[in-house]
Amino acid sequence: MEMLVPTIISALLMGMLFALVALGLAIIFGVMNIVNFAHGEFLMVGMYTAFLTATVFSIEPLLTLPIAAMVGFLLGIASYYFLVRYLLKGPMLAQLLGTFGLMIFLRYLAMCIFGPDYKTLEQGVLIGKSIKWGSVVLSYPRLGTAVLSLIAFGIIYWLINRTRLGKALQATALDVEAASYMGIDTERMRGLAWGLGGATMGIAGALLTNFYYVFPTIGILFCMIAFATVALGGFGSIKGAFIAGLIMGLIIDLGGTYIGPHHKFALVYLTYFLVVVFRPQGLFGW
Amino acid sequence: MLKVEEIEVRYSGVPVIHDVSFHVNGGELISIVGANGSGKTTVLKTVAGTLHPTKGSMEFENEDISASTTVEIVRKGITYVPEERRIFGPLSVEENLKLGAYIVNDREEMEKSLDYVYGLFPILKTRWKQLGGTLSGGEQQMLAIGRGLMSRPKLLMLDEPSLGLMPKLVDEMLEAVATLKKEGNTILLVEQNVREALEMADRGYVLQTGRTIHEGTGQELLETDIVKRAFLGL
Repeated sequence: MEMLVPTIISALLMGMLFALVALGLAIIFGVMNIVNFAHGEFLMVGMYTAFLTATVFSIEPLLTLPIAAMVGFLLGIASYYFLVRYLLKGPMLAQLLGTFGLMIFLRYLAMCIFGPDYKTLEQGVLIGKSIKWGSVVLSYPRLGTAVLSLIAFGIIYWLINRTRLGKALQATALDVEAASYMGIDTERMRGLAWGLGGATMGIAGALLTNFYYVFPTIGILFCMIAFATVALGGFGSIKGAFIAGLIMGLIIDLGGTYIGPHHKFALVYLTYFLVVVFRPQGLFGW
Repeated sequence: MLKVEEIEVRYSGVPVIHDVSFHVNGGELISIVGANGSGKTTVLKTVAGTLHPTKGSMEFENEDISASTTVEIVRKGITYVPEERRIFGPLSVEENLKLGAYIVNDREEMEKSLDYVYGLFPILKTRWKQLGGTLSGGEQQMLAIGRGLMSRPKLLMLDEPSLGLMPKLVDEMLEAVATLKKEGNTILLVEQNVREALEMADRGYVLQTGRTIHEGTGQELLETDIVKRAFLGL
């Protein structure tokens, strides 16, 4: 049992990143009622952006955060204006398959450009370091990622709940037609939701690059975790995304330690299944 | 101020408004009455820019608005208070009102509008922090109207403000509309309470299956056979 405390701490740290990943999905779903299957690929693009910027220009990986956020933002906006906007005019199935197609496109575009190899960053302020505190060993990348995820989450939460733009975004999420009667350009708000979702993933990707392999098909793993997290927290709920992110971190790490690493993602899907059956609206959904 | 001439409006290709004409002058209270399905709400939504006419013309302050978007219409000074209120339930009363002033960039002006609305509906002031969805039907309607006034529109369109309210509140609501008019607001009202709506109006129009079939002062319309027979049961 001496592993319990360190595992829980490490799990909660990882959970903050999961919360950030789920947040992006929750924003897009909240405003649009569309599930973005390409969500994990946005993360992958964020990772490659950070990886390439850091290696090609030999700069500190953490400094690539704003660049990855910007690339994610633009990718989100472009996805909305060049694809999703048209999908909305089609039947439900088109919306489902549309972002699924975007997922496959981005994934194999990356495969085509970068090849299937796993890549890792070898230099950076956080990389390869850890802090020992009694029996608890914390790796710097996880610690730094958790802190920065928390900050990013806080900024986006503030943006949505405390600014005029955020209120307009919420109004659009609640009732598009009523929002338009307020003079809110709902089309722009939808684009913004995709941009914010993309930026969130850019940041998450850049953080993840500090301690995880970069490869073209990484999206699927995080996309599934994000879906399970958002389902657990309640679709469209920001608070839910946060709490569920932490729970997801605990499930994965505790499961990996005490049941076996090969079962840890099965536990994610089991959770998802149980949530869908017993509490389909999630913890904080309506 | 607003001039709508011979418009036709279609819902996915099918015409629902065939031939509707009316106009609103500054300071007037105009009532549009008609049976369910006669197209009253469709007419308001067309002026609001949610739908667009396929024939005819719409002018506001001598500018063509028949192709304007809802955002442009709001910026020109027309707000639409939709049927069934459509307030933002999970947001507070004050947040709802502030969204009504979304196009107002001047903070001071926004505060002034807030004071104006709170003066008009004091109950909203006492409930400013409460979530919109937890208000009673009558309070929600006040909130919806207040929200529509926050941008200080030149023309306020009210769609069935008394819908679903208990009789005592219906009178209160219509009195509030009369007060708004007295204070100089220009109002286009769609109401199911035909008698009250026509009595308080400067002028009115009767709509039937997508056509304006009568126009005149409120009193004149109350005297017409169609209004007597179809709406007043005389």
